[in-house]
Amino acid sequence: MSDAATQKNAAEQLEAFLQRVPYVRFLGMRAELAGDEMTAILPFQPHLVGNTHIPALHGGVIGAFLEMTALAQLSVTQASTRVHKTIDVTIEYLRPGRAMTTYARADLRKVGRRVANVHVEAWQEARSAPVAALRGHFLLAGD
Amino acid sequence: MSLDRDALAQIGHHMATTVPQAAALGFRFVSAGDGRGTIEVPWREDLVGDPDTGVIAGGVVTSLLDHTCGLAITSAARTEPFSTATLDLRIDYMRPAAPRAGVTAQAHCYKLTRSIAFVRAQAWDLDPDDPIATVQAAFVVNRAPSA
Repeated sequence: MSDAATQKNAAEQLEAFLQRVPYVRFLGMRAELAGDEMTAILPFQPHLVGNTHIPALHGGVIGAFLEMTALAQLSVTQASTRVHKTIDVTIEYLRPGRAMTTYARADLRKVGRRVANVHVEAWQEARSAPVAALRGHFLLAGD
Repeated sequence: MSLDRDALAQIGHHMATTVPQAAALGFRFVSAGDGRGTIEVPWREDLVGDPDTGVIAGGVVTSLLDHTCGLAITSAARTEPFSTATLDLRIDYMRPAAPRAGVTAQAHCYKLTRSIAFVRAQAWDLDPDDPIATVQAAFVVNRAPSA
C-alpha cells in the first residue's frame, strides 16, 4: 500500500472508531492524525465537571478520556472490526483538570500478539505540564 | 460535627445527583456508612462502549468508581463534605458487564489520615460476588480548617 493509502486507511479507522462508540459521543471526544501520531481532543463541556467550586473536570472523565485515547490509538495501528478490551489501567492525577480543552497522546510501548502496553499523557495549556497520565494493558481483539 | 446515617445518606444522595458529571451519567445513591459507600448507574444507550454487544463503557465505570470512592471517604470521615482529589486509581477489569446491564459500585475507605485516604472498591453488574472491576486508589483530602 502507498503511504497516502495507509494514511487514508488510518484516518478512516480512527473515524470509524470515534463514530461507532456511543460513549465517545457522550464525552464529546475528537481526534486528529498527523502521520501516525494521533492527538485526542476533549473540548470542555459543563456535564464533564466533577467539582463545581474550582471548577474541575471529574477524575473519572479524565481517566475515561485517557483510556479512550489508548483505545483510539490502538484502533489506528491494530485495526480490528471489534473493540479492544481494557485489562487494567493505572491513572496518575498530576494537576486539576480545569474547565478548558484537554489533549492526550498515546504511546504504544509494546504491542504483542495478544496484549498491548500503552502509556497516555493528557495536558491542557502546556504539553510540559501534564494533568494526568495512564499506564494500561489492553487485550487485542482478533478479526 | 459527626454525621448520623440519615445525614450521610442525604450527603450521598446530593453527591450522586448534583455533581454535573454524576447527574449526566444518571448516578443513583444506594447506601453509605461505616467507611463504605454504594452508588449505581443504570444502563443507557448513549453510555455504551462496545456497540457490538451493548456493554456499558469502561469510562462510565471509571467515573462511577472514582465517585463512589469519594462517598466512602466522606462516610469514613463522618464530617461535612470536604474536597478530595484523586492521586491515583488502579482499575482491573475482570470481565465486561452483561449487555444492557447497569453497574453498581461499592467502595471502602479502610484508612484515612489527616491528608490521605486509601480506598478499595469493586463494581458488579448482577452479583456482588462476581465483580466486573476492582479498584485500589489513593486520594488527597482537603479538610476544612475547623475540622
